[in-house]
Amino acid sequence: MTDNAQTDTSRRRFLGGAATAAAGLIAPGVLLHKVAQARPADQPVSSAVRWGMLIDTNKCANGCSDCVDACAEQHGLTGHGRPETDAQWIRKVNLRDKQTGYTQTLPLLCQHCEHPPCVDVCPTGASFKRADGIVLVDKHICIGCRYCMMACPYKARSFIHETLEDQLPDTPRGKGTVESCNFCVVRVDEGKQPACVEACTGENHNAMIFGDMNDPASEISRQLKQYNSRQIRADLELNTGVRYRGI
Amino acid sequence: MKQQIQFTEIDGGPRFYSLLGFIGLFVLAGLAAAFYMEHNGHYVTGMTNQIVWGTPHVFAVFLIVAASGALNVASISSVFGRVPYKPLARLSGLLAIALLVGGLMVLVLDLGRPDRLIVAMTKYNFKSIFAWNIFLYTGFMAVVGVYLWMMMERRMNRFTRMSGLFAFIWRLILTTGTGSIFGFLVARQAYDSALMAPMFVIMSFSFGLAIFILVLMAAYKWSDRPLGDAILYRLKNLLGVFIASVLYFVMVYHLTNLYITENHGIERFILLDGGIYTRLFWIVQVLIGSLLPLALLYLPSTGKSRGWIGISCALVILGGLAQMYIIIIGGQAYPLEMFPGKEVSSSFFDGVVNTYTPSLPEVVLGIGGVAIALAAVVVGIRVLRFLPVSLADELVDPHYSTDKAIA
Amino acid sequence: MSNLMTKSGLLALLALAILWVPALVRAGDSLLPVVPEAQRRVSEAQGCVEPTADMRRNHMKYLLHHRDETVHEGIRTKRFSLEECIDCHVSSAPDAPRVSSEQHFCNSCHTYAAVNIDCFECHADRPLPDSGKRSMAPITTPDRLQTDVHPVALSSGNDQQLATESINHD
Repeated sequence: MTDNAQTDTSRRRFLGGAATAAAGLIAPGVLLHKVAQARPADQPVSSAVRWGMLIDTNKCANGCSDCVDACAEQHGLTGHGRPETDAQWIRKVNLRDKQTGYTQTLPLLCQHCEHPPCVDVCPTGASFKRADGIVLVDKHICIGCRYCMMACPYKARSFIHETLEDQLPDTPRGKGTVESCNFCVVRVDEGKQPACVEACTGENHNAMIFGDMNDPASEISRQLKQYNSRQIRADLELNTGVRYRGI
Repeated sequence: MKQQIQFTEIDGGPRFYSLLGFIGLFVLAGLAAAFYMEHNGHYVTGMTNQIVWGTPHVFAVFLIVAASGALNVASISSVFGRVPYKPLARLSGLLAIALLVGGLMVLVLDLGRPDRLIVAMTKYNFKSIFAWNIFLYTGFMAVVGVYLWMMMERRMNRFTRMSGLFAFIWRLILTTGTGSIFGFLVARQAYDSALMAPMFVIMSFSFGLAIFILVLMAAYKWSDRPLGDAILYRLKNLLGVFIASVLYFVMVYHLTNLYITENHGIERFILLDGGIYTRLFWIVQVLIGSLLPLALLYLPSTGKSRGWIGISCALVILGGLAQMYIIIIGGQAYPLEMFPGKEVSSSFFDGVVNTYTPSLPEVVLGIGGVAIALAAVVVGIRVLRFLPVSLADELVDPHYSTDKAIA
Repeated sequence: MSNLMTKSGLLALLALAILWVPALVRAGDSLLPVVPEAQRRVSEAQGCVEPTADMRRNHMKYLLHHRDETVHEGIRTKRFSLEECIDCHVSSAPDAPRVSSEQHFCNSCHTYAAVNIDCFECHADRPLPDSGKRSMAPITTPDRLQTDVHPVALSSGNDQQLATESINHD
């Protein structure tokens, strides 16, 4: 029987309170469960995990370079004032449609393909794909032939053209070898996010998501399933680990 | 009754040593350039993150391609049984090894970490054509070495045909592998074509023979040995055929690309508005490097003159270097097409034509490789019996008759 | 006769030259390398993660094997990690010797043995200052604290306090 008397909200409040309490009890368990999933240091990586990144270009602001700056700081990528030979692991690319004039911007980094051309062409096997999908360069056996740089469809790789000093301990890099974004592999192995994603999220742009694409419960998997996303140069069928929304 | 072809070493003496010394200067300069580049890092060169392979690679790939082509003359005699070419087979083998060594030296010295050559020779990723090439190149030297041995040791002469056939097949696979370095790259519009490998094979025919003719003429002139017209005219006519074949492949390559709308960008770039690359293509590669030598070699007024033949060979080499430059550097200068239909700009030179200026260390290193090859030939013909004493018509020409001698 | 005399004369000269070499070394210099002491010890009995003699002979094998495990399989245990060696053996003080000098821990022996090392073309030759923090964000995962060695600081202070210190120094 509906009447115009004030609705009794006490039951609603009780249910609301109970739900909050229940969530409060379970949430730490969920968080702890996530943390406890981080791989122990003595366990090798496995293909059960596939790291991937989803970039929502709609949320990517023109002129913002938080991801680029964070990467440079994380890995000690000091420039030498020579933009043509200075290394860049991630960069912002500005697009303008020739026909319509529509403009947009997006960060471009190593796409961590499932079938990386750079891995195919490396003569020594220094350019390789880890079991968990991260593509990186084993600089101990890189001979600096730069064939991988010729092969990469995304120009993701940089060659180090000068003697370096004061490298950061977590990012060894040296003259004569080739390097590229490695998804901040040391941080990822410690259960953290890559520096670019952390910076983007930290500044509340939320344009970048990083996670396990093999885990259907992860945020990235759910978003990839729910919203349309594309690979750059999807025609090459490399099955990249980095996907984009809005291009 | 035809006389036996005699082979002897050339004489030493002041002419030999001054030639070797002159070439040696360029070798030393090349080594110094390599040290300079390796010590300071590649920022002292014109190569960048956009143009990763530069002038050293142009020279290196040219020399490697020419090396396999230089063996052609020997193959014609051993595999196809052409008797007039037999006396030239030893020099052909020597030149092939020498050019390959020169090219490989340039390639290795330009590596970012040349000290890791041992790593390159022990760790292999067999999906990479580069890894296969390491075997093909070193194997080529061994195979041609054995082939030379079979030719030069009388007791082994009966194996010449077999080892020659093996060397011929090996060198075809080697040039296919070199062309596939580019043909296997899906990323760039200028490459990613099955045509790359056979085009490189036919280029090797042309460049190798041009270098061989020049070396032959120089060796005989400077060691005062007779070089008859019969053999020289055969060689120059053959060169004309090869030049025309290369032109055919270039034409097919560009025509096919022009049909593919996706590749119109790179075609416009090379053929129309690529600046230096367009000029190099039409003026140096096509006109000076192919059409002009064709005319010079076949026109009766110039085709019989040694001077013009020599000039034609030099023009072919020049055109070949230009072709390599356009393929290797022009292919990198054109930007990657990641976003079709969009204008692209970034801090990492996306969407723009990449600029490249050859730097002095690179050019000196490349020339140093050429010098190493030439030095190896000079030393080789001095130390071992590669050079026939005489290639006069009466010895070489199967159709020779005294009637011609009178006229 | 004169031949023999020239020969023995040369031999004598050679012997003299060899004997002169020690004389060429400055007085007070030892020919053996001066290896700087590490910042910490594993235990009272053992300085490094393996006995010193074993390390001297095999450290290159351990490092080479471990680096492949780390790069290719993501195994980041600390025992033979180059970063951890540097953390312990090299000071992060700004005036501490860098790898270019003979006083750097690695180079002290390597210049003596005349063996070139190129680790530090790429790797940092000293730990980062400020308590050895190596990355931007603080460590959150308990797994990173895993270690099989509990080092003891070198100072002869409170042994019982230091004995329980973990190698992780964030």
